[in-house]
Amino acid sequence: MPALPASVPISWYLTLSAILFVLGIAGFLFRRNIITVFMSIELMLNAVNLSFITFSYKLKQVDGHIFSFFVMVVAAAEAAVGLAIILTVFKNRQTLQIDELSSLKN
Amino acid sequence: MIFAAIAVVCGINLVVQTHPISSALSLVGVMGALAALYLLLGGEFIAAAQLVVYAGAIMVLFVFVIMLLNAGTESRGRRSWAQYAGVPLLLVLLGLVACLIARGMPASENVVFGQFTKGGPLDIGRALFTTYLLPFEVTSVLILIAILGAIVLARKEID
Repeated sequence: MPALPASVPISWYLTLSAILFVLGIAGFLFRRNIITVFMSIELMLNAVNLSFITFSYKLKQVDGHIFSFFVMVVAAAEAAVGLAIILTVFKNRQTLQIDELSSLKN
Repeated sequence: MIFAAIAVVCGINLVVQTHPISSALSLVGVMGALAALYLLLGGEFIAAAQLVVYAGAIMVLFVFVIMLLNAGTESRGRRSWAQYAGVPLLLVLLGLVACLIARGMPASENVVFGQFTKGGPLDIGRALFTTYLLPFEVTSVLILIAILGAIVLARKEID
């Protein structure tokens, strides 16, 4: 028997997307470094992109690709602005740990 | 299947690694594997854009900032209640979504490479510049605003 199937069902792609999304949430919750938290957000965006492409394949329409493209563009803009904010925060506070950046608390 | 395994392993590595550089390289692995999966699903343009924009530009930006800030290994912080409650809730979420997917999608419908051929640059471009022209132009304005915002945020204070 073949160990690896040559083609997989569509649902596996969606399940992979869910797994990656949950991993992104886990990183968002558990990591203390602000840059890693940011990378977890990017991982979640990628997972959603995979869902878009998969449904686009299933429905035989190109719209999912367009949405995925827009998500990509917005993620690029968000990364640029977010990293600029991180630079500014580091310049002012000298730390990257999110526990120490709690001036908005209380 | 192989690429899915690569993506999951790299994703776990991203969450587990304590050094930001290791996490960033794991994220590059995830994005590369996802690009291969997009290609298998017929999205040639999106696969190329994924490699160029995500694995290229955004990750270079991340690595650049990590190097610039000299980010070291993160310290173990205090665990909040959200993290204790998070693990079972995340597992419940994953189980729920997987259950919904398994119920909603017929398991016999396999992905065949080459069955969906409308993901090339021609069809993407046609849809982008006809049906989705207004969102496309709005996106360009958004990028312009993001550039200006990044410059304003990251410049040195001039007194």
